[in-house]
Amino acid sequence: MSTNEKIITISVMVFATLIMRYLPFILFPDNKPTPPFIHYMGKVLPAAVFGFLVIYALKNVSISEGSHGIPELIAIVITATAHLWKKQMLISIAAGTVSYMLMVQLIF
Amino acid sequence: MAKKLTAEKIKILKRAAYVAFPHSLPILAGYGFLGLTYGICMSVNGLHPLYTFFMSLFLYGGSTQIVGVSLLTAAFDPVNAFIITFILCARHIFYGISMLENYKGLGIKKIYMIFGMVDETFSINFSAQPPADVDRGWFMFFVTLFNQIYWIIGSTVGAVFGTMINFSTEGIEFVMTSMFVVIFVEQWKKDKNHFSALIGLGVSLISLLIFGADNFIIPSMIGIFSVLTLSKKHLERKVGDAE
Repeated sequence: MSTNEKIITISVMVFATLIMRYLPFILFPDNKPTPPFIHYMGKVLPAAVFGFLVIYALKNVSISEGSHGIPELIAIVITATAHLWKKQMLISIAAGTVSYMLMVQLIF
Repeated sequence: MAKKLTAEKIKILKRAAYVAFPHSLPILAGYGFLGLTYGICMSVNGLHPLYTFFMSLFLYGGSTQIVGVSLLTAAFDPVNAFIITFILCARHIFYGISMLENYKGLGIKKIYMIFGMVDETFSINFSAQPPADVDRGWFMFFVTLFNQIYWIIGSTVGAVFGTMINFSTEGIEFVMTSMFVVIFVEQWKKDKNHFSALIGLGVSLISLLIFGADNFIIPSMIGIFSVLTLSKKHLERKVGDAE
């Protein structure tokens, strides 16, 4: 790929990204009332999107190979437990991440 | 008078940045590491660090940029590049719809905030509850800005010095997963009805099992959207306008 072709490819990718990011705000601008259906979606979507993001973050974990997703599962349980117990976002994230790092580096 | 106004404004900005910073710390760890990995990957594939820098500045999307490595090293095919990016970014439609209310009336800075609303920034800006004396708009602006700065620095450093860095940080990328789990738990505690959260988890998991890691985003989105549309009557009765 030549430099020009690379720049064209990147520009096309930037364009596609911008469309997706700005579209909802262009379709439903501040100065117009948001349609009730979209208003409803804005309320119920976030919880579903956070569920999606958890799965999305785990998308490359293989159940059948390697460590079978066991360190991921344990680290998620540790994160969630720490959060329900201490309710400190940074502590929960650190607990989950450090335990995961120890598991993949020392055990699995 | 004008001078006083400016001083007041600076105070508001400082306060918002000060409160926003700790919220961005998990991203500092996550983007630092992921950015580094991505930058190294770009350089190893013979792509000049300037490509990494400009993509992190103007495109700014982790998964899109990582896929971009293979797009930029394959045969020239802009249509394919467009379609793949479009599919990868489809989830941003959902973020946008969820943020319509929160981003209302924020003026010029909103243009940048919409551009910079990646997975992690959306998650923090949607769920964080800064103290009452903090300007929420500027708080969200700084979270957006800090996160992108981490990504630009991480990826550019990786691209320039990549081969010299010694890896002993295996597993640190889990910081992102941990953060999404925490935010999921937070949202779970806030909601009286967990139908939507369970649909998000369940539909995405089923899509992942059926379509695989590379093709499950669009089916997940369609599935979630359809189920939430079909259950509108049921959900509206339960959720009401409580929140």
